[in-house]
Amino acid sequence: MTMSIDELEELARRCRVEIVKMVYRAQAGHPGGSLSEIDLLCALYGNYLRVKPDDPEWDDRDRFILSKGHASPGMYAILAEMNFISSQDLESYRVLGGVCQGHVDSKWCPGVDFSAGSLGMGLSFGMGCAVAGRLSNSNRNVFVMLGDGEIQEGSVWEAAMAAKHHELGNLKVILDCNRIQNDDFCETQMRMFDIPAKWRSFGWDVKEIDGHNMEQITEGLDFLVQNKANPSVLIAHTIKGKGVSYMEDNPAFHGAAPNDEQYSVAMSELGEVVS
Amino acid sequence: MTRMAATRDGYGQALLDMASNEKVVVLEADLGKSTKSLHFRKAYPERTVSCGIGEQNMMLTAAGLAASGYIPFASTFAIFTERAFEQMRNGIARPNLPVHLCGSHGGTHTGTDGSSAQSIEDLAIFRTLPNVVVLHPCDDVSTRVLTNQLIELNQPSYTRTARNKTPVFYDGRENEVTIGKGVVLNTGSDVAIIACGVMVSEAMKAAESLATKGINAAVVDMHTIKPLDTELIDKLARDCGALVTAEDHNIIGGLGGSVAEFLSSNIPTPLERVGVKDRFGESGQAAEMLDLMEISAPFIALAAERAINRKQ
Ligand SMILES: Cc1ncc(C[n+]2csc(CCOP(=O)(O)OP(=O)(O)O)c2C)c(N)n1
Repeated sequence: MTMSIDELEELARRCRVEIVKMVYRAQAGHPGGSLSEIDLLCALYGNYLRVKPDDPEWDDRDRFILSKGHASPGMYAILAEMNFISSQDLESYRVLGGVCQGHVDSKWCPGVDFSAGSLGMGLSFGMGCAVAGRLSNSNRNVFVMLGDGEIQEGSVWEAAMAAKHHELGNLKVILDCNRIQNDDFCETQMRMFDIPAKWRSFGWDVKEIDGHNMEQITEGLDFLVQNKANPSVLIAHTIKGKGVSYMEDNPAFHGAAPNDEQYSVAMSELGEVVS
Repeated sequence: MTRMAATRDGYGQALLDMASNEKVVVLEADLGKSTKSLHFRKAYPERTVSCGIGEQNMMLTAAGLAASGYIPFASTFAIFTERAFEQMRNGIARPNLPVHLCGSHGGTHTGTDGSSAQSIEDLAIFRTLPNVVVLHPCDDVSTRVLTNQLIELNQPSYTRTARNKTPVFYDGRENEVTIGKGVVLNTGSDVAIIACGVMVSEAMKAAESLATKGINAAVVDMHTIKPLDTELIDKLARDCGALVTAEDHNIIGGLGGSVAEFLSSNIPTPLERVGVKDRFGESGQAAEMLDLMEISAPFIALAAERAINRKQ
């Protein structure tokens, strides 16, 4: 059963609330990149990813690799919505012994395919999963979410080149282009110029969308799954911190938690009543 | 009240101290806010090279600068320096270029970011590289002093700093800090605890609790892991007859490994090593992590008693 645009938007709103709550409770973590990616994750999990929450290790599942593993609150929020983990588990974010480790970790959390935290590693891992899928004669897909800061790592381009060399049409990248990295805007840290042209020149098929528009996201994910011939990348233009006014486009909320006052502002902006 | 500070702030301060030397250049890999090189960047943008999120490129850019007469200071998280280990080995250590690498947020003490960010092997791997000096200071003052001394050093270095605040020992004692010389912070004759980084304050706490049992424990801040102050260790072994090492690092290959190597070849002495027991960490608060890893003060005190019991 596919979810409607309205349902996906409501799903994303609920996830945003949980993202802010997780980071607020922990007084640490990464809200910005979680809020920018969440519309994409909701549509992916809601309508595309072939996974079984009651059998997270199912061999023939599609793989999803959150390579920008610091944006874990977004992943935990959707994993809870999909019933891979419980909503109670979300309270364990960054807590000793918790399912929800600071960075997504497959050893700790069901539904996590790759232990991330070091940027620039997920695409190579995804390539391995894609080769494995082909060797197993499976038509499963491998999706890798990268950050735009993250693609400054050279290893990303080693993997991009290799994926085309091996014609891995089952490998799909979703690039969360929120224009901000850790210290500042990408523009000041490391200019990347024409990102779509870079991927094209590595032999990838490219589509650009507004990463907060569910209709466009749907078209974009259709493009990825329908494209079986070539590795493909969906370049999603997003806003870091999307949905919480003072976090939007603000490098300070890459890795910082809201205080009490900011928390209530966020909750009311996200349509949540705080008791 | 003891002043509390993070060693990474001492690093940031030292970069500013050295700025009057126009050969000093700072390199960043999108973590300047965290490693504290951002203060230098703000004051001297023209002498700061942003390398984006690209640690390997940063290290060899630093090598090129060093080979051209500049004195580069590059930093990232301790864990991500490891990504450029071979660049450090082949591009920097082998030609013996004075590139100074700082890895902040070292150890499990770094906390809730979890195991992917908790470097527990950096001291070991950099120690295996010929020519590379390895430092792990315990407070902001000594970090500042030691970093300033690097500039005179015509060889590469690796300095581990920590994310979180710990007690400061060297206010007004700056002149006691020299690369290659351990500092006796507490004298004692029954056992000597040799510690580095965030574990120095834990060692001091352990010495206090041992004192209530009538055990006099010496505490040494071994801020230089390499070259090791073997003269001091030799003296401690003779004076105390039992040693303990304490580090927020894998039990394999770090300070404990280094001290064990020296003792076994020169002056076999009972040694208990307190360190992370060859396992990965997880998300937790700094103090929780030291307890979980069994390296906090009570575990050091127990190790000291074990070492004493092993005396002949
Ligand atoms: C190899 C590596 N270097 C540095 C870091 C520290 N770090 C964590 S997040 C981040 C910025 C990431 O920016 P981006 O990929 O754009 O993520 P987003 O904006 O979506 O959060 C950095 C530098 C890291 N995790 N891994």
